[in-house]
Amino acid sequence: MLPAVSIVDVVKHFGALKALAGVSLEIGQGEFFGLLGPNGAGKTTLISCLAGLVRPDSGRLSVLGHDVTKDFREARRNLGVVPQELVFDPFFNVRETLRIQSGYFGIRKNDDWIDEILENLDLTSKADVNMRRLSGGMKRRVLVAQALVHKPPVIVLDEPTAGVDVELRQGLWQFIRRLNGEGHTIILTTHYLEEAEALCNRIALMKQGKVVALDTTANLMAAHPGASLEEVFVRTLQS
Amino acid sequence: MIGFFTLFEKEFLRFWKVSFQTVAAPVLTALLYLLIFGHVLDEHVQVHGVRYASFLIPGLVMMQVLQNAFANSSSSLIQAKITGSIVFVLLPPIPYSAFFAAYVLAAVVRGLMVGLGVLVATVWFAELKVVAPLWIVAFSVLGGALFGAAGMIAGIWAEKFDQLAAFQNFLIMPLTMLSGVFYSIHSLPAFWQGVSHYNPVFYMIDGFRYGFFGVSDVPPENSLAVVVACFLAMSWLTLRLLKQGWKLRA
Repeated sequence: MLPAVSIVDVVKHFGALKALAGVSLEIGQGEFFGLLGPNGAGKTTLISCLAGLVRPDSGRLSVLGHDVTKDFREARRNLGVVPQELVFDPFFNVRETLRIQSGYFGIRKNDDWIDEILENLDLTSKADVNMRRLSGGMKRRVLVAQALVHKPPVIVLDEPTAGVDVELRQGLWQFIRRLNGEGHTIILTTHYLEEAEALCNRIALMKQGKVVALDTTANLMAAHPGASLEEVFVRTLQS
Repeated sequence: MIGFFTLFEKEFLRFWKVSFQTVAAPVLTALLYLLIFGHVLDEHVQVHGVRYASFLIPGLVMMQVLQNAFANSSSSLIQAKITGSIVFVLLPPIPYSAFFAAYVLAAVVRGLMVGLGVLVATVWFAELKVVAPLWIVAFSVLGGALFGAAGMIAGIWAEKFDQLAAFQNFLIMPLTMLSGVFYSIHSLPAFWQGVSHYNPVFYMIDGFRYGFFGVSDVPPENSLAVVVACFLAMSWLTLRLLKQGWKLRA
């Protein structure tokens, strides 16, 4: 079976800064994968390379076998990304935003699925509200909805619960778990390590543009008996 | 194709939702130009045997077509870049050619809507005939497309609103104001007549005006050739930059 995501020896510089120093990873279909690391470790750069927003200096990335550069249309069709920044288009309401995003992926008349996403993310009552009038947490939910609108088999969530209340977090994870159960591959970056511990089957720890640990969550925890994932995280980074 | 149509629809809605600012305001500006210059000069000046107010209207229409086509694509792109919402059009599998076509088409549509608005608002103040409507359509569509493409380059290049304003104020505005909107270049000294021939906007205004009066400073076929060549060159450059992901993809 093709891996959901294949990353081979990816290097990326921003001027003198080496943001990615030869990252290699393979994520299987149906995995709930955690990409963790401190600020500046290269997580977002790696995700941006996968999404085609950043072009690596060298190395190869593919989504379900589709090279993100040579076969970018198929690669992007199979990928849904929730960006880290809270961005929105102030001209449109929530439903318009989702219809437009759906159309960008070549899907018209997608209202049944849009309604389902709105309901699962508790956005139904906000469907006709302009994006400018939403709170930060609500805008974050819309970002998640936008990433899911074309039902991508691979979903990347770049700190999706930053600034989000507990109720939404629970609702969001319930929905994402359901999608994972239906076969969607989930790649998650988060600073809430308890979330990663509870959700992810496998975890990669990144530091200074490199993967410094890559294993199942269970194995990582077993290597440090009695420690929480946060302690494992700190010990691994210090070593 | 759905991606292209959706992006075009989004770009159309973006200016249509604020049409008071994006369509009505430039129509009012053009009307004020006509009322002021037409009132002062109409009794005293004739150009190509046409009264000044009549001569002025096609120039004002075309000037607004060009400036608004440029404003549409450039403002949309820089706003999306600065707010970060550009990511929504960079993540989907939209080919760069469809990206280009959608932005340029929306720019043309806004330019033509403003141009039509100016025509409807000003036609009551002067006698205006239409001798060759196909020339009018050809120059307005091609001129709008050329400036829509130029707006894309400016919007992608600029990193701040003041950089875009500089592009508009120090390049686009002089090119349009010094293109013969308000005068025939035959009224200029020989040196400035020669300089005017290096301004592509002059050919757009002159060819567009030919469609109304059947007279022009330069044969309309020559003007069309210049405008088509400029449009092809600008499109080639824009497509090349989009393909490279210049200033869009790091």
